[in-house]
Amino acid sequence: MQKQSPVPTEFDKPFYDACNEDRLVVQHCAACNRFQFPPRAMCSRCGNASLDWQQVSGRGRIQSRVVVYDSPVSALIPDQPFNVATISLEEEPEVIMLSHLPGVPVDKVPIGAAVEVIFETTPATGQKVPEWRVVG
Amino acid sequence: MTAPIAPHSWHRNREGLGIWEGRGKVVATGVGSSPTARRWDERPETSMGALTIIAIRKAIEDAGISPDEIDGIVLTPDSTTGVSNNPHAPAPEGWSDVFKMVDFPQAGITRGDIDWLLLNMPELKNVKFKMNAPTCMSVAFTNAAEAVNRGLTGTCLVVRGWHNLAGRYYVGQGAAALETASGPGKYGGIWGMPACATTAMIFEEYCNKYGKNHDMMAPFVVEERRNGLMNPDGFFTQHRPEMITVDDYLSGRWIAKPANIYDNDLPIQAALAVIFTTPELAKHHAQKPVYILNHAQTRPELQGAIPTLAEWERASDRMGRMLYEGAGIGPEDLSFENMYDGFTLFHQFHVEGLRFASRGEKRGYALDLYQTDISIEGPNPVSPSGGNSGNGRTRWWNHRDCILQLQGRSPSQITRKAEYGVSGAHMPNFCDALIWGASPD
Repeated sequence: MQKQSPVPTEFDKPFYDACNEDRLVVQHCAACNRFQFPPRAMCSRCGNASLDWQQVSGRGRIQSRVVVYDSPVSALIPDQPFNVATISLEEEPEVIMLSHLPGVPVDKVPIGAAVEVIFETTPATGQKVPEWRVVG
Repeated sequence: MTAPIAPHSWHRNREGLGIWEGRGKVVATGVGSSPTARRWDERPETSMGALTIIAIRKAIEDAGISPDEIDGIVLTPDSTTGVSNNPHAPAPEGWSDVFKMVDFPQAGITRGDIDWLLLNMPELKNVKFKMNAPTCMSVAFTNAAEAVNRGLTGTCLVVRGWHNLAGRYYVGQGAAALETASGPGKYGGIWGMPACATTAMIFEEYCNKYGKNHDMMAPFVVEERRNGLMNPDGFFTQHRPEMITVDDYLSGRWIAKPANIYDNDLPIQAALAVIFTTPELAKHHAQKPVYILNHAQTRPELQGAIPTLAEWERASDRMGRMLYEGAGIGPEDLSFENMYDGFTLFHQFHVEGLRFASRGEKRGYALDLYQTDISIEGPNPVSPSGGNSGNGRTRWWNHRDCILQLQGRSPSQITRKAEYGVSGAHMPNFCDALIWGASPD
Protein backbone atom coordinates (compact mmCIF):
# COMPACT_ATOMS: atom_id res chain seq x y z
CA MET A 1 0.00 0.00 0.00
CA GLN A 2 1.24 3.43 -0.96
CA LYS A 3 1.53 5.30 2.31
CA GLN A 4 2.21 9.01 2.51
CA SER A 5 5.83 9.75 3.41
CA PRO A 6 6.14 11.31 6.86
CA VAL A 7 8.35 14.40 6.92
CA PRO A 8 10.64 14.30 9.99
CA THR A 9 11.29 17.37 12.09
CA GLU A 10 14.29 18.07 14.30
CA PHE A 11 12.18 16.85 17.20
CA ASP A 12 11.25 13.39 15.87
CA LYS A 13 14.30 12.85 13.68
CA PRO A 14 15.73 10.20 16.07
CA PHE A 15 12.63 8.08 15.53
CA TYR A 16 12.66 8.38 11.74
CA ASP A 17 16.44 8.01 11.48
CA ALA A 18 16.16 4.77 13.44
CA CYS A 19 13.42 3.56 11.10
CA ASN A 20 15.77 4.12 8.18
CA GLU A 21 18.26 1.89 10.01
CA ASP A 22 15.58 -0.76 10.59
CA ARG A 23 15.49 -0.05 14.31
CA LEU A 24 12.45 0.85 16.41
CA VAL A 25 12.99 3.48 19.10
CA VAL A 26 10.40 5.15 21.29
CA GLN A 27 10.54 7.85 23.93
CA HIS A 28 11.06 6.82 27.55
CA CYS A 29 10.36 8.83 30.70
CA ALA A 30 12.83 7.87 33.42
CA ALA A 31 10.72 9.59 36.08
CA CYS A 32 7.70 7.38 35.35
CA ASN A 33 9.65 4.47 33.84
CA ARG A 34 7.16 4.70 31.03
CA PHE A 35 7.34 4.53 27.23
CA GLN A 36 5.24 6.66 24.92
CA PHE A 37 4.55 6.99 21.22
CA PRO A 38 4.09 9.18 19.16
CA PRO A 39 6.94 11.47 20.18
CA ARG A 40 5.87 14.37 22.37
CA ALA A 41 7.65 17.29 23.96
CA MET A 42 7.03 15.90 27.41
CA CYS A 43 5.79 12.85 29.24
CA SER A 44 2.02 12.73 28.85
CA ARG A 45 1.69 11.58 32.45
CA CYS A 46 4.15 13.62 34.56
CA GLY A 47 5.17 16.44 32.23
CA ASN A 48 8.86 15.55 32.34
CA ALA A 49 10.54 17.15 29.32
CA SER A 50 13.79 15.17 29.64
CA LEU A 51 12.79 12.12 27.67
CA ASP A 52 15.28 9.79 26.06
CA TRP A 53 15.00 7.45 23.11
CA GLN A 54 15.22 3.74 23.77
CA GLN A 55 15.36 0.92 21.29
CA VAL A 56 12.61 -1.63 21.88
CA SER A 57 12.36 -5.26 20.86
CA GLY A 58 10.12 -4.77 17.87
CA ARG A 59 7.76 -7.43 19.16
CA GLY A 60 4.12 -6.94 20.03
CA ARG A 61 0.62 -8.30 19.79
CA ILE A 62 -2.42 -7.40 17.75
CA GLN A 63 -4.81 -5.72 20.08
CA SER A 64 -7.71 -4.71 17.86
CA ARG A 65 -8.57 -3.96 14.27
CA VAL A 66 -10.90 -2.15 11.89
CA VAL A 67 -11.56 -2.58 8.22
CA VAL A 68 -11.42 0.76 6.46
CA TYR A 69 -13.99 1.27 3.71
CA ASP A 70 -13.91 5.06 3.53
CA SER A 71 -10.42 6.44 4.01
CA PRO A 72 -9.76 10.16 3.69
CA VAL A 73 -6.22 9.54 2.36
CA SER A 74 -6.22 9.73 -1.44
CA ALA A 75 -3.27 7.37 -1.89
CA LEU A 76 -5.00 4.57 0.02
CA ILE A 77 -8.46 4.77 -1.52
CA PRO A 78 -7.63 2.33 -4.35
CA ASP A 79 -6.74 -0.31 -1.72
CA GLN A 80 -10.11 -0.18 0.06
CA PRO A 81 -11.25 -2.09 2.00
CA PHE A 82 -8.10 -2.61 4.03
CA ASN A 83 -7.13 -3.64 7.55
CA VAL A 84 -5.78 -1.31 10.17
CA ALA A 85 -4.74 -2.97 13.41
CA THR A 86 -3.50 -1.66 16.73
CA ILE A 87 -0.24 -3.19 17.86
CA SER A 88 0.62 -3.13 21.52
CA LEU A 89 4.34 -3.23 22.22
CA GLU A 90 5.79 -6.08 24.22
CA GLU A 91 7.58 -3.66 26.53
CA GLU A 92 4.39 -1.81 27.47
CA PRO A 93 0.96 -2.84 26.17
CA GLU A 94 -0.55 0.65 26.24
CA VAL A 95 2.04 1.90 23.79
CA ILE A 96 0.09 1.49 20.59
CA MET A 97 1.24 1.63 16.98
CA LEU A 98 -0.81 1.14 13.86
CA SER A 99 -0.37 -1.40 11.09
CA HIS A 100 -1.89 -2.40 7.79
CA LEU A 101 -0.77 -5.96 8.55
CA PRO A 102 0.59 -6.62 5.08
CA GLY A 103 -0.44 -10.04 3.79
CA VAL A 104 -3.35 -10.53 6.19
CA PRO A 105 -6.67 -10.77 4.30
CA VAL A 106 -9.35 -8.24 5.09
CA ASP A 107 -11.51 -9.32 8.03
CA LYS A 108 -9.08 -12.12 8.92
CA VAL A 109 -7.02 -10.28 11.50
CA PRO A 110 -5.90 -12.69 14.26
CA ILE A 111 -6.57 -10.69 17.43
CA GLY A 112 -3.94 -11.43 20.06
CA ALA A 113 -1.44 -12.85 17.57
CA ALA A 114 2.26 -12.12 18.00
CA VAL A 115 3.77 -9.70 15.49
CA GLU A 116 7.19 -8.32 14.73
CA VAL A 117 8.20 -5.03 13.26
CA ILE A 118 9.32 -4.62 9.67
CA PHE A 119 10.19 -1.35 7.97
CA GLU A 120 8.36 -0.20 4.89
CA THR A 121 9.71 2.35 2.45
CA THR A 122 7.24 5.09 1.58
CA PRO A 123 7.34 6.14 -2.06
CA ALA A 124 7.43 9.94 -2.04
CA THR A 125 10.68 10.45 -0.11
CA GLY A 126 11.95 6.96 0.67
CA GLN A 127 11.43 7.50 4.41
CA LYS A 128 10.89 4.18 6.15
CA VAL A 129 8.04 3.64 8.64
CA PRO A 130 7.31 0.77 11.02
CA GLU A 131 4.94 -1.93 9.84
CA TRP A 132 4.14 -5.27 11.44
CA ARG A 133 3.82 -8.87 10.32
CA VAL A 134 2.29 -11.86 12.03
CA VAL A 135 4.84 -14.38 13.28
CA GLY A 136 4.49 -18.03 14.10
CA MET B 1 -9.04 40.61 20.25
CA THR B 2 -8.58 37.11 21.64
CA ALA B 3 -10.48 36.41 24.83
CA PRO B 4 -8.66 34.57 27.63
CA ILE B 5 -9.23 30.93 28.43
CA ALA B 6 -9.92 29.53 31.88
CA PRO B 7 -6.93 28.85 34.10
CA HIS B 8 -6.12 25.21 34.71
CA SER B 9 -6.95 25.69 38.38
CA TRP B 10 -10.64 25.86 37.43
CA HIS B 11 -10.53 22.20 36.44
CA ARG B 12 -12.01 19.67 38.82
CA ASN B 13 -9.89 16.88 37.50
CA ARG B 14 -9.01 14.72 40.46
CA GLU B 15 -10.72 12.82 43.19
CA GLY B 16 -10.75 14.00 46.79
CA LEU B 17 -11.87 17.57 46.09
CA GLY B 18 -15.12 17.10 48.02
CA ILE B 19 -18.40 18.83 47.31
CA TRP B 20 -18.04 21.53 44.65
CA GLU B 21 -18.01 24.95 46.29
CA GLY B 22 -20.36 26.22 43.60
CA ARG B 23 -22.90 23.44 44.12
CA GLY B 24 -26.38 24.90 43.74
CA LYS B 25 -25.04 28.44 43.30
CA VAL B 26 -25.16 28.49 39.49
CA VAL B 27 -28.25 27.91 37.38
CA ALA B 28 -29.26 27.68 33.74
CA THR B 29 -32.49 29.32 32.61
CA GLY B 30 -33.02 30.45 29.00
CA VAL B 31 -32.14 28.31 26.00
CA GLY B 32 -31.96 29.43 22.37
CA SER B 33 -31.42 27.21 19.35
CA SER B 34 -30.89 28.38 15.78
CA PRO B 35 -32.36 26.72 12.72
CA THR B 36 -30.19 23.95 11.29
CA ALA B 37 -28.80 23.35 7.81
CA ARG B 38 -26.80 20.52 6.30
CA ARG B 39 -24.28 22.89 4.71
CA TRP B 40 -23.70 26.60 4.39
CA ASP B 41 -25.18 28.07 1.21
CA GLU B 42 -22.68 30.96 1.41
CA ARG B 43 -25.23 33.65 2.16
CA PRO B 44 -24.24 35.85 5.12
CA GLU B 45 -27.76 35.49 6.52
CA THR B 46 -27.31 31.73 6.95
CA SER B 47 -23.72 31.74 8.19
CA MET B 48 -22.64 30.22 11.45
CA GLY B 49 -22.32 33.75 12.83
CA ALA B 50 -25.85 34.64 11.81
CA LEU B 51 -27.14 31.44 13.40
CA THR B 52 -25.24 32.25 16.57
CA ILE B 53 -26.88 35.69 16.77
CA ILE B 54 -30.28 34.05 16.33
CA ALA B 55 -29.55 31.56 19.11
CA ILE B 56 -28.40 34.28 21.50
CA ARG B 57 -31.46 36.44 20.90
CA LYS B 58 -33.72 33.43 21.40
CA ALA B 59 -32.00 32.48 24.66
CA ILE B 60 -32.42 35.99 26.02
CA GLU B 61 -36.07 36.00 24.95
CA ASP B 62 -36.59 32.55 26.42
CA ALA B 63 -35.19 33.72 29.76
CA GLY B 64 -37.47 36.75 29.61
CA ILE B 65 -34.66 39.16 30.39
CA SER B 66 -33.25 42.29 28.82
CA PRO B 67 -30.04 42.09 26.75
CA ASP B 68 -28.73 44.76 29.12
CA GLU B 69 -28.56 42.13 31.84
CA ILE B 70 -25.98 40.06 30.00
CA ASP B 71 -22.59 40.86 31.48
CA GLY B 72 -20.57 37.84 30.34
CA ILE B 73 -19.98 35.53 27.40
CA VAL B 74 -18.21 32.21 27.37
CA LEU B 75 -17.86 30.97 23.83
CA THR B 76 -16.35 27.97 22.13
CA PRO B 77 -14.64 29.48 19.09
CA ASP B 78 -13.71 26.21 17.40
CA SER B 79 -16.05 24.88 14.79
CA THR B 80 -14.74 21.60 13.54
CA THR B 81 -16.59 20.49 10.50
CA GLY B 82 -16.53 17.91 7.78
CA VAL B 83 -14.48 19.75 5.21
CA SER B 84 -10.93 21.04 5.11
CA ASN B 85 -10.77 24.80 4.75
CA ASN B 86 -8.26 27.60 4.90
CA PRO B 87 -8.62 29.29 8.30
CA HIS B 88 -7.19 32.50 6.86
CA ALA B 89 -9.37 32.69 3.76
CA PRO B 90 -10.93 36.11 3.16
CA ALA B 91 -14.62 36.58 3.83
CA PRO B 92 -16.80 36.10 0.75
CA GLU B 93 -17.98 39.04 -1.29
CA GLY B 94 -20.88 40.85 0.30
CA TRP B 95 -20.04 39.70 3.84
CA SER B 96 -19.04 43.16 5.02
CA ASP B 97 -22.30 44.58 3.66
CA VAL B 98 -24.17 42.51 6.24
CA PHE B 99 -21.78 42.16 9.16
CA LYS B 100 -19.22 44.37 10.80
CA MET B 101 -15.79 42.81 10.58
CA VAL B 102 -13.06 42.12 13.11
CA ASP B 103 -9.43 41.59 12.14
CA PHE B 104 -9.91 37.87 11.68
CA PRO B 105 -11.78 37.46 8.36
CA GLN B 106 -13.22 34.02 9.14
CA ALA B 107 -14.99 35.29 12.27
CA GLY B 108 -18.63 34.32 11.98
CA ILE B 109 -17.90 31.98 9.08
CA THR B 110 -15.74 29.12 10.31
CA ARG B 111 -14.86 30.44 13.75
CA GLY B 112 -16.79 31.94 16.63
CA ASP B 113 -15.53 35.25 17.97
CA ILE B 114 -16.86 37.19 20.95
CA ASP B 115 -15.79 40.59 19.64
CA TRP B 116 -17.45 39.84 16.30
CA LEU B 117 -20.67 39.00 18.14
CA LEU B 118 -20.53 42.17 20.21
CA LEU B 119 -19.90 44.29 17.12
CA ASN B 120 -22.92 42.79 15.42
CA MET B 121 -25.20 42.67 18.46
CA PRO B 122 -25.32 46.26 19.67
CA GLU B 123 -27.97 45.34 22.21
CA LEU B 124 -25.28 43.50 24.25
CA LYS B 125 -24.01 46.70 25.85
CA ASN B 126 -22.84 45.48 29.21
CA VAL B 127 -20.62 42.51 28.51
CA LYS B 128 -17.52 42.81 30.67
CA PHE B 129 -16.49 39.19 31.12
CA LYS B 130 -15.30 37.41 27.98
CA MET B 131 -13.82 33.94 27.88
CA ASN B 132 -12.99 31.47 25.14
CA ALA B 133 -13.59 27.81 25.92
CA PRO B 134 -11.67 25.83 23.31
CA THR B 135 -12.58 22.51 21.73
CA CYS B 136 -16.06 21.77 22.93
CA MET B 137 -19.16 23.49 24.30
CA SER B 138 -18.81 21.20 27.32
CA VAL B 139 -15.77 23.27 28.20
CA ALA B 140 -17.83 26.44 27.83
CA PHE B 141 -20.48 25.08 30.20
CA THR B 142 -18.00 24.08 32.88
CA ASN B 143 -16.02 27.33 32.50
CA ALA B 144 -19.17 29.43 32.68
CA ALA B 145 -20.28 27.56 35.78
CA GLU B 146 -16.99 28.45 37.45
CA ALA B 147 -17.13 32.04 36.22
CA VAL B 148 -20.58 32.58 37.72
CA ASN B 149 -19.62 30.77 40.91
CA ARG B 150 -16.55 32.96 41.27
CA GLY B 151 -18.59 36.13 40.78
CA LEU B 152 -16.87 37.11 37.54
CA THR B 153 -20.18 37.35 35.70
CA GLY B 154 -23.73 37.49 36.95
CA THR B 155 -25.72 36.72 33.83
CA CYS B 156 -23.66 34.91 31.27
CA LEU B 157 -24.25 33.64 27.76
CA VAL B 158 -22.79 30.22 26.96
CA VAL B 159 -22.44 29.99 23.19
CA ARG B 160 -21.32 27.77 20.37
CA GLY B 161 -21.88 27.76 16.63
CA TRP B 162 -21.01 25.09 14.08
CA HIS B 163 -20.33 25.58 10.41
CA ASN B 164 -20.30 23.04 7.62
CA LEU B 165 -18.99 23.99 4.22
CA ALA B 166 -19.71 22.27 0.93
CA GLY B 167 -17.59 19.24 0.11
CA ARG B 168 -17.01 15.57 0.81
CA TYR B 169 -16.16 14.64 4.41
CA TYR B 170 -12.40 15.27 4.49
CA VAL B 171 -11.88 12.69 1.74
CA GLY B 172 -8.98 13.53 -0.54
CA GLN B 173 -8.74 17.08 0.80
CA GLY B 174 -5.97 19.13 2.32
CA ALA B 175 -3.30 17.00 3.99
CA ALA B 176 -5.06 13.79 2.97
CA ALA B 177 -4.42 14.55 -0.70
CA LEU B 178 -0.66 14.97 -0.37
CA GLU B 179 2.13 12.46 -1.01
CA THR B 180 3.82 13.46 2.23
CA ALA B 181 2.53 13.88 5.77
CA SER B 182 3.56 16.50 8.32
CA GLY B 183 2.36 17.44 11.78
CA PRO B 184 0.83 15.07 14.31
CA GLY B 185 -1.11 13.26 11.60
CA LYS B 186 2.04 11.61 10.31
CA TYR B 187 2.16 9.19 13.25
CA GLY B 188 -1.28 7.72 12.58
CA GLY B 189 -2.86 9.50 9.63
CA ILE B 190 -0.72 7.73 7.04
CA TRP B 191 -2.55 4.49 7.86
CA GLY B 192 -5.66 6.12 6.43
CA MET B 193 -8.16 5.80 9.23
CA PRO B 194 -11.32 7.92 9.01
CA ALA B 195 -12.34 9.85 12.11
CA CYS B 196 -14.55 7.12 13.54
CA ALA B 197 -11.89 4.40 13.27
CA THR B 198 -10.22 5.03 16.62
CA THR B 199 -13.55 4.62 18.36
CA ALA B 200 -14.34 1.57 16.24
CA MET B 201 -11.00 0.04 17.17
CA ILE B 202 -11.67 0.42 20.89
CA PHE B 203 -15.28 -0.70 20.49
CA GLU B 204 -13.97 -3.86 18.82
CA GLU B 205 -11.64 -4.41 21.76
CA TYR B 206 -14.59 -3.91 24.10
CA CYS B 207 -16.69 -6.45 22.22
CA ASN B 208 -13.87 -8.98 22.27
CA LYS B 209 -13.36 -8.51 26.00
CA TYR B 210 -17.01 -8.68 27.04
CA GLY B 211 -18.49 -10.96 24.39
CA LYS B 212 -20.64 -8.28 22.70
CA ASN B 213 -21.17 -7.36 19.07
CA HIS B 214 -22.03 -4.46 16.83
CA ASP B 215 -25.60 -5.63 16.23
CA MET B 216 -26.32 -4.96 19.90
CA MET B 217 -25.95 -1.23 19.20
CA ALA B 218 -29.09 -1.14 17.03
CA PRO B 219 -31.71 -0.48 19.74
CA PHE B 220 -29.68 2.45 21.06
CA VAL B 221 -29.18 4.10 17.67
CA VAL B 222 -32.83 3.60 16.71
CA GLU B 223 -34.00 5.03 20.05
CA GLU B 224 -31.74 8.05 19.59
CA ARG B 225 -33.33 8.79 16.22
CA ARG B 226 -36.78 8.44 17.78
CA ASN B 227 -35.85 10.93 20.51
CA GLY B 228 -34.24 13.27 18.01
CA LEU B 229 -37.32 13.31 15.82
CA MET B 230 -39.31 14.68 18.77
CA ASN B 231 -37.07 17.74 18.81
CA PRO B 232 -38.36 20.52 16.57
CA ASP B 233 -34.92 22.14 16.62
CA GLY B 234 -33.03 19.05 15.46
CA PHE B 235 -31.62 18.61 11.98
CA PHE B 236 -33.48 15.41 11.18
CA THR B 237 -36.83 16.81 12.31
CA GLN B 238 -36.29 19.88 10.16
CA HIS B 239 -34.81 18.29 7.06
CA ARG B 240 -35.04 14.49 7.03
CA PRO B 241 -37.92 13.48 9.27
CA GLU B 242 -37.58 9.77 8.63
CA MET B 243 -37.37 7.14 11.33
CA ILE B 244 -34.73 4.45 10.99
CA THR B 245 -35.21 0.78 11.79
CA VAL B 246 -33.02 -1.93 13.24
CA ASP B 247 -32.68 -3.33 9.72
CA ASP B 248 -31.53 0.07 8.44
CA TYR B 249 -28.86 0.11 11.08
CA LEU B 250 -27.73 -3.45 10.50
CA SER B 251 -27.42 -2.84 6.78
CA GLY B 252 -25.70 0.54 7.05
CA ARG B 253 -22.59 0.85 4.88
CA TRP B 254 -19.31 0.41 6.67
CA ILE B 255 -17.03 3.38 7.18
CA ALA B 256 -14.47 1.61 9.36
CA LYS B 257 -15.95 -1.73 10.33
CA PRO B 258 -17.30 -2.11 13.03
CA ALA B 259 -18.43 1.52 12.62
CA ASN B 260 -21.06 2.09 9.99
CA ILE B 261 -22.66 5.20 8.61
CA TYR B 262 -25.23 5.34 11.44
CA ASP B 263 -22.46 5.27 14.03
CA ASN B 264 -21.19 8.57 12.63
CA ASP B 265 -22.84 11.88 13.32
CA LEU B 266 -23.87 14.15 10.50
CA PRO B 267 -22.02 17.50 10.24
CA ILE B 268 -24.46 20.40 10.18
CA GLN B 269 -24.71 24.15 10.68
CA ALA B 270 -26.35 25.22 13.94
CA ALA B 271 -25.87 27.33 17.06
CA LEU B 272 -26.92 27.22 20.68
CA ALA B 273 -26.94 29.79 23.45
CA VAL B 274 -27.81 29.22 27.10
CA ILE B 275 -28.15 31.68 29.97
CA PHE B 276 -26.19 30.92 33.15
CA THR B 277 -26.78 33.01 36.25
CA THR B 278 -27.16 32.83 40.01
CA PRO B 279 -30.31 31.58 41.78
CA GLU B 280 -30.85 35.10 43.13
CA LEU B 281 -30.66 36.78 39.72
CA ALA B 282 -32.77 34.02 38.17
CA LYS B 283 -35.76 34.90 40.33
CA HIS B 284 -37.22 37.15 37.67
CA HIS B 285 -36.29 34.89 34.72
CA ALA B 286 -39.16 33.36 32.83
CA GLN B 287 -37.80 29.81 33.02
CA LYS B 288 -37.36 27.55 35.98
CA PRO B 289 -33.73 27.52 37.10
CA VAL B 290 -31.78 24.31 36.67
CA TYR B 291 -29.00 23.94 39.20
CA ILE B 292 -25.47 22.89 38.42
CA LEU B 293 -24.37 20.56 41.18
CA ASN B 294 -20.87 19.76 39.97
CA HIS B 295 -18.57 19.62 36.98
CA ALA B 296 -15.45 17.62 36.26
CA GLN B 297 -12.79 17.11 33.59
CA THR B 298 -10.64 14.33 32.22
CA ARG B 299 -7.80 14.79 29.76
CA PRO B 300 -5.85 12.16 27.82
CA GLU B 301 -2.76 10.52 29.28
CA LEU B 302 -2.08 9.01 25.92
CA GLN B 303 0.76 6.52 25.69
CA GLY B 304 0.18 5.31 22.15
CA ALA B 305 -0.91 6.42 18.71
CA ILE B 306 -4.51 6.00 19.82
CA PRO B 307 -6.05 5.31 23.24
CA THR B 308 -6.74 1.83 24.51
CA LEU B 309 -9.83 0.30 26.03
CA ALA B 310 -8.01 0.35 29.38
CA GLU B 311 -7.42 4.11 29.17
CA TRP B 312 -11.02 4.85 28.21
CA GLU B 313 -12.33 2.69 31.03
CA ARG B 314 -10.00 4.24 33.61
CA ALA B 315 -10.82 7.79 32.51
CA SER B 316 -14.58 7.33 32.39
CA ASP B 317 -14.58 5.50 35.74
CA ARG B 318 -12.71 8.42 37.23
CA MET B 319 -15.15 10.88 35.67
CA GLY B 320 -18.04 9.05 37.31
CA ARG B 321 -16.39 9.08 40.71
CA MET B 322 -15.42 12.78 40.47
CA LEU B 323 -18.90 13.85 39.37
CA TYR B 324 -20.69 12.02 42.15
CA GLU B 325 -18.22 13.11 44.81
CA GLY B 326 -18.58 16.80 43.97
CA ALA B 327 -22.36 16.67 43.55
CA GLY B 328 -23.03 14.57 46.63
CA ILE B 329 -25.22 12.13 44.74
CA GLY B 330 -24.79 8.62 43.40
CA PRO B 331 -25.65 6.79 40.20
CA GLU B 332 -28.98 5.63 41.65
CA ASP B 333 -30.06 9.28 41.86
CA LEU B 334 -29.81 9.95 38.12
CA SER B 335 -33.18 10.28 36.40
CA PHE B 336 -31.53 9.97 32.96
CA GLU B 337 -28.15 10.27 31.28
CA ASN B 338 -27.28 12.52 28.36
CA MET B 339 -23.64 11.77 27.74
CA TYR B 340 -22.07 12.33 24.35
CA ASP B 341 -22.72 9.97 21.48
CA GLY B 342 -20.88 11.18 18.43
CA PHE B 343 -19.60 8.49 17.73
CA THR B 344 -22.31 6.16 18.96
CA LEU B 345 -19.80 3.39 19.64
CA PHE B 346 -18.29 5.17 22.63
CA HIS B 347 -21.49 6.14 24.39
CA GLN B 348 -21.40 2.98 26.48
CA PHE B 349 -18.04 3.93 27.96
CA HIS B 350 -19.63 7.05 29.44
CA VAL B 351 -22.69 5.07 30.59
CA GLU B 352 -20.58 2.46 32.32
CA GLY B 353 -18.19 4.99 33.87
CA LEU B 354 -21.21 6.59 35.49
CA ARG B 355 -22.59 3.14 36.43
CA PHE B 356 -25.87 4.45 35.00
CA ALA B 357 -28.66 1.89 35.52
CA SER B 358 -26.11 -0.59 36.78
CA ARG B 359 -27.41 -3.51 38.78
CA GLY B 360 -24.03 -3.99 40.39
CA GLU B 361 -22.16 -4.39 37.12
CA LYS B 362 -19.09 -2.26 36.60
CA ARG B 363 -18.14 -2.83 33.00
CA GLY B 364 -19.43 -4.65 29.96
CA TYR B 365 -23.13 -4.19 30.74
CA ALA B 366 -24.24 -1.22 28.64
CA LEU B 367 -24.95 -3.11 25.44
CA ASP B 368 -27.13 -5.46 27.48
CA LEU B 369 -28.85 -2.39 28.92
CA TYR B 370 -29.54 -1.26 25.33
CA GLN B 371 -31.60 -4.44 24.84
CA THR B 372 -33.96 -3.35 27.67
CA ASP B 373 -36.37 -0.41 27.76
CA ILE B 374 -34.09 2.62 27.39
CA SER B 375 -36.87 4.83 26.04
CA ILE B 376 -38.00 8.11 27.54
CA GLU B 377 -41.05 6.27 28.86
CA GLY B 378 -38.99 3.60 30.59
CA PRO B 379 -37.18 3.38 33.91
CA ASN B 380 -33.71 4.09 32.50
CA PRO B 381 -33.84 6.79 29.82
CA VAL B 382 -30.63 6.61 27.82
CA SER B 383 -29.74 9.74 25.83
CA PRO B 384 -33.26 11.23 25.84
CA SER B 385 -31.99 14.17 23.80
CA GLY B 386 -31.28 11.87 20.88
CA GLY B 387 -27.78 13.30 20.86
CA ASN B 388 -25.74 13.99 17.79
CA SER B 389 -26.95 10.75 16.27
CA GLY B 390 -30.59 11.81 16.43
CA ASN B 391 -30.15 15.54 15.77
CA GLY B 392 -26.92 16.21 13.87
CA ARG B 393 -23.43 17.06 15.07
CA THR B 394 -23.21 19.77 17.69
CA ARG B 395 -22.01 18.18 20.94
CA TRP B 396 -24.62 20.22 22.75
CA TRP B 397 -28.02 18.54 22.31
CA ASN B 398 -27.20 16.46 25.38
CA HIS B 399 -26.45 19.48 27.59
CA ARG B 400 -29.43 21.42 26.27
CA ASP B 401 -31.73 18.54 26.99
CA CYS B 402 -30.57 18.22 30.59
CA ILE B 403 -31.76 21.77 31.16
CA LEU B 404 -35.05 21.22 29.34
CA GLN B 405 -35.72 17.86 31.04
CA LEU B 406 -35.23 19.35 34.49
CA GLN B 407 -37.42 22.32 33.55
CA GLY B 408 -40.06 19.81 32.47
CA ARG B 409 -40.24 21.11 28.91
CA SER B 410 -38.07 18.81 26.83
CA PRO B 411 -39.66 17.81 23.52
CA SER B 412 -38.65 14.27 24.51
CA GLN B 413 -39.58 14.64 28.16
CA ILE B 414 -38.97 11.53 30.21
CA THR B 415 -41.97 9.98 31.90
CA ARG B 416 -40.35 9.45 35.28
CA LYS B 417 -39.79 12.50 37.45
CA ALA B 418 -36.71 14.39 36.29
CA GLU B 419 -34.64 15.31 39.34
CA TYR B 420 -31.00 14.79 38.43
CA GLY B 421 -29.32 14.50 35.05
CA VAL B 422 -25.81 14.25 33.68
CA SER B 423 -24.29 15.45 30.45
CA GLY B 424 -20.75 15.53 29.15
CA ALA B 425 -18.61 15.46 26.05
CA HIS B 426 -16.69 14.54 24.17
CA MET B 427 -14.34 11.49 24.30
CA PRO B 428 -14.31 9.02 27.19
CA ASN B 429 -10.77 10.18 28.11
CA PHE B 430 -11.25 13.87 27.17
CA CYS B 431 -14.43 15.01 28.75
CA ASP B 432 -16.05 17.92 30.51
CA ALA B 433 -19.23 16.87 32.27
CA LEU B 434 -21.85 18.32 34.59
CA ILE B 435 -24.42 17.08 37.06
CA TRP B 436 -27.63 19.06 36.83
CA GLY B 437 -30.43 19.20 39.41
CA ALA B 438 -34.03 20.36 39.43
CA SER B 439 -33.34 21.79 42.88
CA PRO B 440 -30.20 22.98 44.68
CA ASP B 441 -30.36 20.03 47.09
